[in-house]
Amino acid sequence: MLERYLTAASTYAHSIDHLFILIAALVGFWFLAAEGMLIGLTIKFRAKDGRPTQYITGEEKHLKRWISIPHFVIILCDIVILAGAIKVWYDIKQTEPPPDATVRVIAQQWAWSFQLPGPDGVFDTADDIRTVGDLHVAVNTTYHFELQSRDVVHSFAVPAFRLKQDALPGRTITGWFRPNRLGTYDIQCTQMCGLGHGLMAGRIIVETQQEHAAWLLRYANPASAERKPEPESASTGSIVAEVRR
Amino acid sequence: MTTQVESLAHARPGFFQKYCWSTDHKIIAMQYLFTGMAMAAIGGYFAYVFRMQLGFPNQHVPGYGLVTPGKYNALVTMHGSIMIFWVAMPILIAAFGNFLIPLMVGCDDMAFPRINRLSYQIFLLSALMLLASFLVKGGPFGGAWTAYPPLSANGAYNLTPAGATMWLIAVALEFVAFLLGGINFTVTTMNSRAPGMKMFDIPMLVWMIVLASIIFMASVGPLIAGAVMLLFDQTMATGFYDPMRGGDPLLWQHLFWFFGHPEVYVVLLPAMGIVAEVLAVFARKKLFGYKTVLYTAWAVGFLSFVVWAHHQFVAGIDPRMANIFSITTLLISVPIAEMVFLYIATLYGGSIHLDTPMLWALGFIAEFLVGGVTGIFLGASGTDIYLHDTYFVIAHFHYTFVPIAIIAVYAGLTFWYPKMFGRMLNETLGKIHFWGTVIPFNVIFIPLFITGTAGDQRRVYSYAQFAEQARPELQHLRTTSTIALIVMLAFQFVFLFNFFWSLRHGKRADANPWRSATLEWTIPSPPPHGNFAELPTVYRGPYEYGLPGHAQDFLPQNVPD
Repeated sequence: MLERYLTAASTYAHSIDHLFILIAALVGFWFLAAEGMLIGLTIKFRAKDGRPTQYITGEEKHLKRWISIPHFVIILCDIVILAGAIKVWYDIKQTEPPPDATVRVIAQQWAWSFQLPGPDGVFDTADDIRTVGDLHVAVNTTYHFELQSRDVVHSFAVPAFRLKQDALPGRTITGWFRPNRLGTYDIQCTQMCGLGHGLMAGRIIVETQQEHAAWLLRYANPASAERKPEPESASTGSIVAEVRR
Repeated sequence: MTTQVESLAHARPGFFQKYCWSTDHKIIAMQYLFTGMAMAAIGGYFAYVFRMQLGFPNQHVPGYGLVTPGKYNALVTMHGSIMIFWVAMPILIAAFGNFLIPLMVGCDDMAFPRINRLSYQIFLLSALMLLASFLVKGGPFGGAWTAYPPLSANGAYNLTPAGATMWLIAVALEFVAFLLGGINFTVTTMNSRAPGMKMFDIPMLVWMIVLASIIFMASVGPLIAGAVMLLFDQTMATGFYDPMRGGDPLLWQHLFWFFGHPEVYVVLLPAMGIVAEVLAVFARKKLFGYKTVLYTAWAVGFLSFVVWAHHQFVAGIDPRMANIFSITTLLISVPIAEMVFLYIATLYGGSIHLDTPMLWALGFIAEFLVGGVTGIFLGASGTDIYLHDTYFVIAHFHYTFVPIAIIAVYAGLTFWYPKMFGRMLNETLGKIHFWGTVIPFNVIFIPLFITGTAGDQRRVYSYAQFAEQARPELQHLRTTSTIALIVMLAFQFVFLFNFFWSLRHGKRADANPWRSATLEWTIPSPPPHGNFAELPTVYRGPYEYGLPGHAQDFLPQNVPD
């Protein structure tokens, strides 16, 4: 259902979509039942001359059932939804499958920058690959991310991955994703972060393993480590610069 | 007591004394009502401006100009703050509470009339403080109505240091005003009821306002403390929310939402109360399960204190906490659903008159149901990962807040207008206004459910940067929503015309035009100073309609058996 509106490009996107459908079905039933009752009763009991009102207090046993039975069925529906919600939440946020690679995501007013550990697999060494605006990842690879903020609260959202996590200054928040579809996907900041909030865009480029390996090789030498690799990211950078002025 | 009533009635105050410095609960109610309506006009205008930017990006907005990113942020921040703190609360709680509580419980005024006057004056000050922030250097605060630090705490981040502080002081003053009001509503209802009015004879609206006041007073304390800390962070360079100096930005989020979520029920309950009164009168039916409605309201009030972190599932709190708050959040659907079912059940066996107030009351139930069921998607932690802070959230809470602060308010205003002003509103104009509001309202927000599901994030000034969001079909939806908003706003002039025209030219209202059983309808319209010529005695509950074996189809509360 969600995929009709937006591509699903990570392994857990579908479990969120399925949960969405489950909830839609259950609450949809209650919604239609309640609206039907509301409209039906309004039509049926329109004022008519000579038809007296019934005196009902709501304490009558046979009428109370109309409230108490739905009451228990709603509790039942809630339990079903909760089971689904907690399962999905647990899989995405409380467990982290073993990583194939790690990436550091740094938010600041109003740009995304990314740090890959390079061939030695350790952050903050000379061979790290740093990019601004664009994050290159390989398909079917489990990534752990370390999310940091340099100033205010930001939120790292990749709608196509169904991924969202706030970034807080002063701490590193970890999470994971596993892209399973090639393509370029938006990163949006979803926490109000000041003047350039609406312009704080980034992109995730999901490549094949070979393309990604080639990309890594291209930038994984100390000489080019600090340069900003992609020409596309310049456009985002210039918008941010414009706003800062 | 009688002598006091007479002495008040004989006093002849001047204009200033009567309208600006009055301690009469009815005048204070009108002050709150008109201030709230003026603020609603401002909040509505802001909505028009930023929706124009979203519907027709980067074009000159007629009546405003170009919307820059900074202005956009300020507009959405002010729209949210104004609509909740300066429209929903003053109208639903203060205007209706002040006007109706003494009339409905049968006394001459509030328990503390001078505190009541002070409450409005502080409220007015808070509104002026907020509006004044538009005039300072840097402009008004633009860090969203939730004001998360460090953005709100540090002028170097938000670029509106003066505006941010003024926003914070304005909000804190508003809280003080409603603390004073809440004390008054609760004490008046508990201590000043007419003889014979037992706990379960109190009209549901009065109960709901009292409950809302109690919830408000119990939840706002931590936020006032939080606001003071934020003020210190802003102005004295303390570090309560600054992680570099041992503070924690999450602390504010907890304090804010510990108040922020109960606040939803603070405005919901009075709206439910208004709808209960209107439903009973126009269905000519006793409210179905009075006590059950009351118990569900208590349950909602209690549960509202343990759901706040559902706003923070992805905020960086311990992920295990999300499960607990998911459970409590979904649990709250049980009493709310039950309350709505009880209202629907009230229609059963009734004799339904579709006058304008009743249309609004039924409209409230129909629309609020949408807001209720879509909340489940957000309370369920799993789907909230995706939907959090998208337009799905915006559509969801507007489907709760518009029924609350707009639809239920119109139900109340059209219902009590004859009592407030002694004239009837025009029914035809009332019905045009109803359909002209409710239909566009749905056309505004149904498209936004879709754009939210398609990944539109909130508070984004332009989607041109985002390839997935810049698709033309999504832009069509945004434009549709904007046009519908303009139509809806245009129809509000029908109401304004009806409201002010009827003040002078409406049909004169007798004491009880709707044949209602509660106490406020036993005295002339509008009620004289001091309200009751003779303080009433109460013999029964508020909803005795269609009682078998009586000539009239209703029995007022004050008529002996």
